[in-house]
Amino acid sequence: MIAEGGLAALWFAAALALLQLVLAAVALSRRQTAIGVEDMLAAVRPIAIVQGVLVVLAMLLLIAVFVESDMSVRLVAEDSSAAKPLIYKVAGAWGNHEGSMLLWVTILGLAGAAVALFERTLERKTLVATLGAQAAIALGFYAFLLFSSNPFARLDPPPPDGQGLNPLLQDPGLAFHPPTLYLGYVGISVAFSFAVGAMITRDVGPAFARAMRPWVLAAWIFLTIGITAGSYWAYYELGWGGWWFWDPVENASLMPWLAATALLHSVTVLATRDGLRAWTIMLAVVAFSMSMIGTFLVRSGILTSVHAFAIDPKRGAFILALLVIYIGGALALFALRVGTIRQGNTFEPISREGALVVNNLLLSVILGIVLIGTLYPIVAAAFGTQLSVGHPFFDSTAGPIALALVALMGIGPLLRWRRDDLRAGLKRIAIPAAVGVVALVALLVLAPGIHILPLLGLALAAGVAVASVAPLWGRDLKRTPLFTYGMVIAHLGIAVSLAGMASESAFNKETLVATRIGEPQHVGPYTVTLLGVRPVVGVNWSAVEGVLKASRGGASTTLLPQSRFFSTPPQMTNESAIKTVLDGQLYTVLGNQDDAGRWQLRLWWKPFVTLIWAGGALIAIGGALSLLGRLRRERRARRGEA
Amino acid sequence: MKRVLLWVPLGAFALLFAVVASGLFRPSDHLVHSQMVGKALPQFTLPKMVPDAPGLASTTFTDGKPRLLNVFASWCIPCMAESPNLMALKQHGVEIDAVAVRDTPRNVEDFLKRFGNPYARIGDDRQSAVQLALGSSGVPETYVIDGHGRIVEQHIGDVRAEDVPALLAALKKAGG
Amino acid sequence: MKRAAALALLVVAAPAVADTPLPPAALADTQLPDPHQEAEARALMETLRCVVCQGQSIAQSDADMAGQMRAMVRQRIAAGEKPREIRKWLIDRYGDYVSYDPPWSAVTAPLWLMPLALLIIGAWIARASFKRRKRGQG
Repeated sequence: MIAEGGLAALWFAAALALLQLVLAAVALSRRQTAIGVEDMLAAVRPIAIVQGVLVVLAMLLLIAVFVESDMSVRLVAEDSSAAKPLIYKVAGAWGNHEGSMLLWVTILGLAGAAVALFERTLERKTLVATLGAQAAIALGFYAFLLFSSNPFARLDPPPPDGQGLNPLLQDPGLAFHPPTLYLGYVGISVAFSFAVGAMITRDVGPAFARAMRPWVLAAWIFLTIGITAGSYWAYYELGWGGWWFWDPVENASLMPWLAATALLHSVTVLATRDGLRAWTIMLAVVAFSMSMIGTFLVRSGILTSVHAFAIDPKRGAFILALLVIYIGGALALFALRVGTIRQGNTFEPISREGALVVNNLLLSVILGIVLIGTLYPIVAAAFGTQLSVGHPFFDSTAGPIALALVALMGIGPLLRWRRDDLRAGLKRIAIPAAVGVVALVALLVLAPGIHILPLLGLALAAGVAVASVAPLWGRDLKRTPLFTYGMVIAHLGIAVSLAGMASESAFNKETLVATRIGEPQHVGPYTVTLLGVRPVVGVNWSAVEGVLKASRGGASTTLLPQSRFFSTPPQMTNESAIKTVLDGQLYTVLGNQDDAGRWQLRLWWKPFVTLIWAGGALIAIGGALSLLGRLRRERRARRGEA
Repeated sequence: MKRVLLWVPLGAFALLFAVVASGLFRPSDHLVHSQMVGKALPQFTLPKMVPDAPGLASTTFTDGKPRLLNVFASWCIPCMAESPNLMALKQHGVEIDAVAVRDTPRNVEDFLKRFGNPYARIGDDRQSAVQLALGSSGVPETYVIDGHGRIVEQHIGDVRAEDVPALLAALKKAGG
Repeated sequence: MKRAAALALLVVAAPAVADTPLPPAALADTQLPDPHQEAEARALMETLRCVVCQGQSIAQSDADMAGQMRAMVRQRIAAGEKPREIRKWLIDRYGDYVSYDPPWSAVTAPLWLMPLALLIIGAWIARASFKRRKRGQG
């Protein structure tokens, strides 16, 4: 009965979304009617809230059938098994297509309820339009779930046990990586709804930007966490020490982040200086379309191989249809309405907002490169050529632009709003620039032969790290607003992350050997000895575990990499063992035994590689501080008005 | 002018849609085809894999008679599936030579005992060297070679019963 | 879920059920003694696509065939061949698909020119946001 309850909750939620959409449309279309905007708001608020509650209930019920291992539910039978740790039963609820789409609408429902409950800044009419757009988006996804991806479908007769969750997904990463990414996607969808609402009522200005900003910020924070966590997950799970592969699926998560980053900065320009009006609206539409395209690319499998996914063109077609309705509709609205929205302010080239415009330009170009590079194999296939576009392409095209963008990120916050003096500006960036040049020279002298991109990356990271804290110099730190701290920390995070990436690619040490037990091997500053190999058993796997002694100087530690064998489904995974120290990570993987009885070991010493993800965490923390600071100021401003 | 420009984003989106939709609906070809089709067979000499069949050299394929070159392995499941159809081709008088990829003599012998031996010669390609030189991306694959050592056709995946006439026709065409 | 799907993809790539009984070639997972040559081989391997996994470079794949391709790359580098020649040898056999670095051709020209085109278009759009300088002022 639990599954039927979940399905019923979904249907009710869908009906409420429809009602919300209709009410919004009625309130906006007729000027002379019994239902005014105020009545509409009074009606829609509870509708949006109940819809949120219902869809959360559906998600909880799905988790319940997974925890119960109710094999008569098709999804459980296909993706779970009774003998599996509880955490993977819970997380397994979204470790599959239907469940992940339900998670999507759950978060969407929650976001809709939050907008209805907490949004106080926006003009009433625009709010109604926004809630209508939000209901329209939710409705599409409800239809998708109910008509083509019902997570609660039953199996008759039920199998004795399920087929099990893909072993690579049986990792704590699954518990929070997808939910954070989806929180990000959904946050973007709220920004999109705001943009559509504002286009309908032609209310694009600083007040609208201030209302939209917290949502964009929140979405961006979650996208940042999602990408950072996903990258670290792949890094330790895949067993080759790589942390970014320019794989279509990774690009699918990067594109919304790039768009959201651009949007975050343009919305600031709109809020502060009332410029970039059309551009901000456009970015909100682009950001949402990127998260839809990302979902599409992953779900349809068009960019992966037949060997990988049971491709379901029906699912792909459904998402594509939603994409056309939402994005096509929004862009048509854009073309019809933006011309009638008053032009925003224009700027001086040498000013904070000038730098922000260039920031948006570079981010958009990188986004374009990633999008076209990812999709180009499809274009080439239409011309009869099988093509691969991978890291050499992205490194050589997006790489230099990204470095320019980081340099600009160091300079921009040191410029004044409105108009700055070139000479004064140069004076302010003199010290960071000097730090960068010193770092460059030091690297050229001390570590010759580094490739150009990591070399520039390291020098730039040094300079920009200094530049990013420079806005705090000479300020009263107690009176500096929280969001300024947020910006400083987020920018510092970019520099830190860049330093980690460049350091990893410049100084990575690799040792691949077939070793006998007791034979010392060397990698970077470490000496690693395989002491023995032993069998280990887990809840639903068995493994051979290598016992490695890693010593550096006088100290030594034990590392236990494993080769795991899962039975449902039958599969082998390599579990790397990683030793994290202050100046980097020792990454070890145990391979197979060869004919001569030697064990294959893969050892890497990755100096400062952890900075990549530490930087990501700093970026997210900076975003959170910024969000907090903005919300506080808004509240204070409202109190001041009242 | 300005008004028209506002429609550009929608146009760009339509283009994007066209690309993505074509990727979704065009019968997509995820197979990696060899670029060696139409070119001469690479030079190679492989030792014999099993006692009762000789090894294989590229010079064998220049004797004027078109034949098939089958890339297989005893550990590959589709190879088992295609064996009756290779036997059928043999019955039609087709000479099939084989490259056994990453295999052991014992396993190949067992395989031939279980599923029959359609091969005239079997070369031992322990390190996939010939497989890579052929541009083959997996097992099984079947190449049609004309009498002058030129690769005429590549068949990727197992040979199904319905593929037999096409292969016979290709061989005939290569000979004529 | 994105990352999860990527992982799922990479896993299926390494066939778990049917695989060769032979161990990988020695050079598949051991390095060349000359660090310069090894670095060259490594850089090349990272740009070559594993033809059976379809989503990974041969440098980062558990598939047996990727291992054989790594061994081949190392052998050829050790024998003094240039990475450029090895890439060409593979492209001659597997087509452009095998290289993550799309070679310049009529089909890839738009791809390689696209970043520049985007920069120009972007700059043209951004121009509208800036104040026009009156003559004599700038």
